[in-house]
Amino acid sequence: MTHWPKSYPLAFVIALLALLPVGVLFALAQDSAQLFDTHNLRVLGNTVSLMALTIVGAVIIGVPLAFFTAYVQLPFKRFWLIVLAAPLALPSYIGAFAMYFSFGRGGEIENVLGITTPPISGLWGSALVMSLYTYPFVMMTTRASLLSLDASLVNAARTLGLSLAASLWRVVLPRVVNSVAAGALLAALYALSDFGTPAIMGLDTFTRVIFVEYNAFGLSQAAMLSLQLMVIVALILFVESRIGGASERPGKHLSLFPAAWQRNLMLLSAMPIVFMAIILPLGIFTLWLVREGTGGFELSYAWNSAHASFLAAIVAVLLAIPVAHAAIAGKAGRFMERITYFGFGVPGIVMGTALVYVGLQLPVLYQTLGLLVMAYVLRFLPLAVGSVRATAENIDSGLVKAARVLGASPREAFVRITLPLTLRGMIAGAALVFLEAMRELPATLMLGPTGFETLATYMWRVYEAGYFGRAAVPGLLLVLLSGLGLVLMLSGERKAQFTVTEDDRS
Amino acid sequence: MLSVSNLSVSYGPTRVVDKLNLELGQDEILMLVGPTGCGKTTILQALAGLIPISDGEIRLSKWASTPAKHVPPEKRNVGMVFQDFALFPHLTVQENVCFRLKDTALADHWLALLGLDSFRDAKPARLSGGQKQRVALARTLAHEPAFVLLDEPLSNLDAALKDSLRWEIRDALKKAGVPAIWVTHDQEEALSVGDRIGILNKGKLEQLDTPELCYSEPASRFVARFMGEASFLSAQFDTSAANTHNTVVTHIGNVPGTPLQQASGDVDLLVRPDDLSLTATQSESNCAVEWVRYEGESRLYAVALDNGDELKVRVSHENALKPGTRARVQLITTHPLAVFPKQGNG
Repeated sequence: MTHWPKSYPLAFVIALLALLPVGVLFALAQDSAQLFDTHNLRVLGNTVSLMALTIVGAVIIGVPLAFFTAYVQLPFKRFWLIVLAAPLALPSYIGAFAMYFSFGRGGEIENVLGITTPPISGLWGSALVMSLYTYPFVMMTTRASLLSLDASLVNAARTLGLSLAASLWRVVLPRVVNSVAAGALLAALYALSDFGTPAIMGLDTFTRVIFVEYNAFGLSQAAMLSLQLMVIVALILFVESRIGGASERPGKHLSLFPAAWQRNLMLLSAMPIVFMAIILPLGIFTLWLVREGTGGFELSYAWNSAHASFLAAIVAVLLAIPVAHAAIAGKAGRFMERITYFGFGVPGIVMGTALVYVGLQLPVLYQTLGLLVMAYVLRFLPLAVGSVRATAENIDSGLVKAARVLGASPREAFVRITLPLTLRGMIAGAALVFLEAMRELPATLMLGPTGFETLATYMWRVYEAGYFGRAAVPGLLLVLLSGLGLVLMLSGERKAQFTVTEDDRS
Repeated sequence: MLSVSNLSVSYGPTRVVDKLNLELGQDEILMLVGPTGCGKTTILQALAGLIPISDGEIRLSKWASTPAKHVPPEKRNVGMVFQDFALFPHLTVQENVCFRLKDTALADHWLALLGLDSFRDAKPARLSGGQKQRVALARTLAHEPAFVLLDEPLSNLDAALKDSLRWEIRDALKKAGVPAIWVTHDQEEALSVGDRIGILNKGKLEQLDTPELCYSEPASRFVARFMGEASFLSAQFDTSAANTHNTVVTHIGNVPGTPLQQASGDVDLLVRPDDLSLTATQSESNCAVEWVRYEGESRLYAVALDNGDELKVRVSHENALKPGTRARVQLITTHPLAVFPKQGNG
């Protein structure tokens, strides 16, 4: 066909916009003095170590839990699955914050219980926190793959005389290795791009050092570091794209019915993880709230967060509509959609650096809310695109044709048929962007106008000042928002990932 | 009046529709039949303006669409009934039918006529397949199209419903007095409903005629086979003036024939299963039963003639012969049968 779909020009412009940050960083890094020095080498070492330890930790926790949630029949199965997946929805800096101030000499645990615990900080502390909040990536990808395997293979192995454990190890595990790897790489990406956790734990990773450089007015040095970080991110993304999801013919689903004590023992051994990742932060924030009240917290912080995030959500969905429709329309459109996904891989701190520079070049934008909203949009656009596209794909193309044949112009068909039918996806996408933006820390720190304090940045100020008790209200609010995000994920397009049995999937 | 001349549609290098020519009468129902992948649905989409055409012209009194000048679907005043109904799921039956109507009188008329009055406020998801198709038809006719396209409107419905709805749709189209092109892969549906039938093969129109002519004087062996069970029997046909009754001579009886494609001399006679009789007899047998299919009120036999030809015979269900039995098959028809040149150039 010679006609370009109408969504292409808009989608093309948006895709170009998504490439903006990297272009800016290249321009900025031109006048950097240092390409690489010993300090850089140490940062690289720290970053890679954190990434490696996170992968190890996430796999050690995630894979057994995947087997447990996929195969073992237990009461309230869906509840446990949600609880075990919940850390995914929490920003890890919340956990890092709570653990940093709970453990060690003078920590909350010593204050309350009188027991001295070893401190959680530095490389090992960061790795622990990261593992606790990224293992659900591994758990979910592995579990999805386990659920799609044909149980008769395991049953065959057992009838051939292999023990259950041995058949899981020799028959099942080799076939889900790709999914484990895919989940592990997602965890690695998270570890690479997260700013809050290493910053709070005092580990000099790329994200933390970029922020330090930025604060010391070394913007071009920050850009150089950002580019180096992006190289590692690109490498991980490349490896991820090479991992083929070996799809097998789905078969009968394996169910195991262990004795009650075995089952409870397994469940019990998962509890420390739930405790550390969810209950401890909740408990600590509540403790602070009870002890120190709401002092220092102003409602305007929450309002600022909501205001900026709301704008970002609206803009993201508006931009997502042409991109999603272009992606459905054809190959070139799908490529443009892929480009907008790029922003998702750009760490917030890198996006911040790039847009700070944009602000310096275009004084109209400097220190405005618009720049911050733009950062949110560029980072979280893929969430909106994903939701809108999922609902738009489900619309039978015959409906639009039917409307056209009845005499409606393309515009009228879009407004009266396509739009109302994709509204659900748009609202879901907007909500996802809103919740992510509410919790975003590094870009908000760098781009927020002077005096513009949000929930996340307020927590950071509290950390810097050491008045950790004041983190109670923002901390609890952020946990609450994350809970909402989880609910949304469960009711939205990712519902399928949380189904308990194969029957629910249809 | 819709007229289509030299219409061709290509997907990339493959030509899906090749030089189609047809004209649609005042309130005529034209059935387009053909096997899967013969281009029938593509033709409808091209006529509706949903896909671009690569050659030819589609013309109605108010517009003409060519490859260079594409008329968008909404400007064509065309009605289309889709295979999967294409009802808007977020609108009620009433809202669907009134989609672009300011005056709803006509919508009320069709809703009442098609027995949909009690479903006005229901959403399509609550309707059964037959009801959905009625709503789709009401929606189409209420918008007063200049012509209607029906894309296998019955193929998603179960067999019992198909039969009655077929007549309901035909009646509605005739009442509306609107010409229609109805695509189907069911030859029986085509024969019974259509005023004319167009048989498509690989994007080409093989024949465009009344149902009777398509069945009794098919333009090709493909058409003959597509319109129903067809056997070909070796025969002799004398085309000289001496043969005043156009008699065709075969081993199993003589019948009047209609020569097609200048057949003469050694020819193939098109025989339908009901043109034959089959009797169990040892003495004067001329064939052996190969297999038999019980069909309830009748039995369908395949028999091998002693000269090697194979024939299919439909006889009363009381007539039970076992495979392997010797029998006598005879031509009993009195109406002329189609005569094709000997296999190889037909």
